[in-house]
Formats: sequence, C-alpha cells, structure tokens
Amino acid sequence: MPDFEPITGRYFTMTVAGEAVRIYVEEAGSGVPLVCLHTAGSDGRQFRHLMCDPAITDHYRVIAFDMPWHGKSNPPAGWENREYQLTTESYKEMVIAFCQAMELDKPVVMGCSMGGRIVLHLALERPDDFRAVIALEGADRLEPYYETEWLHRPDIHGGMVSAAFVSGQVAPQSPDEYRHETLWHYMQGGPGIFKGDLYFYWIDGHFDDRSAQIDTGRCPVYLLSGEYDCSCTPERTEATASRIKGSKAVIMEGMGHFPMSENPALFREHILPVLDEIRA
Amino acid sequence: MIEDVAAKVNADTALVRRGRYVSLDFLVGIGDTDYIVAVREGRVMSVGKRRLPLESVSFAIRAGRDVWTEHWKPMPKRDRHDLFNMVSAGLATLDGDLLPFMQNLQYFKDVLASPRAAAGEA
Repeated sequence: MPDFEPITGRYFTMTVAGEAVRIYVEEAGSGVPLVCLHTAGSDGRQFRHLMCDPAITDHYRVIAFDMPWHGKSNPPAGWENREYQLTTESYKEMVIAFCQAMELDKPVVMGCSMGGRIVLHLALERPDDFRAVIALEGADRLEPYYETEWLHRPDIHGGMVSAAFVSGQVAPQSPDEYRHETLWHYMQGGPGIFKGDLYFYWIDGHFDDRSAQIDTGRCPVYLLSGEYDCSCTPERTEATASRIKGSKAVIMEGMGHFPMSENPALFREHILPVLDEIRA
Repeated sequence: MIEDVAAKVNADTALVRRGRYVSLDFLVGIGDTDYIVAVREGRVMSVGKRRLPLESVSFAIRAGRDVWTEHWKPMPKRDRHDLFNMVSAGLATLDGDLLPFMQNLQYFKDVLASPRAAAGEA
C-alpha cells in the first residue's frame, strides 16, 4: 500500500440560494471542527498541510471544501448562461449551509483573504454559531487597485493571468516549491471565477462600518496577516483590529497572502498558538 | 543594472520559452532616464537609452531609481518586490497598450526582475 496522507475527500450535494450544488470536501483529524475557507480563485487544496500536521489534527477535525464553481465542486446547473459573481449574502449563506449540512457543532471557521473577510461577517451575525473565527489576510475593507476585466477575456489565458496577478502576493522568502504550487491552483480556476470572487472582496463585502459591532466576548476574533501582503496589508489588518475591540492581531514577518500554502512551516509557528488558545 | 536584462533573460531558457510569443519593444523608465527593451520571440535583442522622443514602444513601465534599486536586491522590501505591488503602492506606473503586457504578465514581471542578484551575491 502507498503511504497515504491522512486526508479523505468526499462529495455531497447541498442547496445554496435555492440551487443544488455538488460540493467536494476534504477533511482529516478529530476534535473541534475547523472549517477552512480558501482564497478567491483557488480551492481547498490550500489547506492540505494543516490536514497532515498531527499537532493540529490530534485536536481538530480540519475540514476544507471547494466553494461552488471552484476546484472539484460543480457550478449549479445552467452555469453556462450566467456570469459568476460572489456576493456577501450568497457567501454567508453558503458557509452556513455547509456547516449545517455537515452537522457541525460550533465550529471554528478560518478563512483566508476573501475568506478572512466573510468570517468577520459571520462573527457579527452568527456569534453563537461559531466557537471563534480566524481571519487570515483578512481586513474589513479593501480598495480595488486593478482592473479585473483583464482576468476574463478570450485573448488572455485566464489561468495564467490570474496566477501572474497574485504571484507578487507570495513573499520572496517562501519556498519555491510551495510558491509555484499556490500559483498552480490559480492557473486551474474556471473562467471568470477569480474575477467573480473579487466582486465580493473588492466591492460588495465592505464591512468597516459594522466591524466595530462584533462582540468578541461571544465569538473571539483572530487576525493573522503576512508582512508582504499588499492587499490585506499589515496596516489594514491593524486598522481592522483596532475597530474590533478584543480581537487579536498578528503580523507574520516574511509571509505573503497565502500563509497556509506558501510557507506551511512558518505558518504553523503562528497558527498553533492560536488553535491552542481557542480550545483551551 | 537594466543593461543586465539581455544577458540574464537570454541565459534563462525557460523564461525565453515562456516568452516565445512576445516580439515588441517596451520602455522602462528609471528615474528620469528612459530605456527601450527590444524583445523578439522571448529573447531580449537590445537594451538601450531612448535616443529620440519619437521612438515608439508598445507600453511603458516607470519607477524611481531607488524603487528599481530595491526591486533588484536579493530580498526586496514589501511593495518593491513585485511589479504589480509597486504599481498598487503608487511607486510605479504602467501606460500604453497593456494587452500584450497582460497576455504575458509573468514573463514581463520576470524579465524586469531578472537583474535581481541571488542571495549571497552583492
């Protein structure tokens, strides 16, 4: 027998916004459920290192699903006649539907980038449903700084341009093997999906007018951002933390926008103390 | 260091292969000095100062001399380590016909970063 990793993957169909979507989910470990939300334009493979780390899986059931339209999850039937666009409401509903379908009892939810934004919405609106939220590279507001039309047009390879778009978001210190694995995920995204996710991340998901209302006594909030992240910069992270009273922020030196996939060894130094604190 | 681009790029067979559909001239502004980089099928044929104001290029990328100097260090600081990050931080500008640039975005990022010294070099 090969030396299998401890990760298992399965499919199921859940309903989001009244539509049935076939979802792919991976998990490993047992204990407190830890739901992981991938970045815009990527998929759940970003969390594979967490699922192979006994220091985490001895205490947490680590679960990562590919959002509809991403990775090995399907788009809903009829996708060929519509333009994908992620909104705040559809994103929240999807995460809640997933947790309910999986029958998770007060999971910790950890999201990166746009996932780091949506967990803040969940902390405000569903504080009693989650044990804690962890925002990786998550801020409550970002200003768009590129024209996203470049990401979806027939005269530009969407996968190649999406990867090149984000390549500078990987820190120069990160190992080449994991830098290029992180970018490979972007090269495999469906047409227009990264662009559709950025609608939420850059336009629809602003939250700085409400983030101060989060009650961290009911739902603790952790913010971890990389030094080299030029979208969710250390400054934006600290500004977000200052608005969310009681939140805890860590700036990870020598890290970029994809901590769990670009530099897993460095990331575990930062995430293990957080996970230990949450389950204490 | 911009003069190093031709030798660095042409010695990198994987980079030349990725740029095999690129044949154009583009401008790199370093402070007040404009350079024209001529690319044919991924190979850099020449890098030279712009001689005449009417010399035409497809697109132009400009940044301050200090920004490029930091960009080419083995471990550049944040916002200077990547061309897009330089632009989003307001430290560089992109103008002209950006279609060929975006069609070959990683190629051009790597061409412009090619003078970067490896760790341990000066």
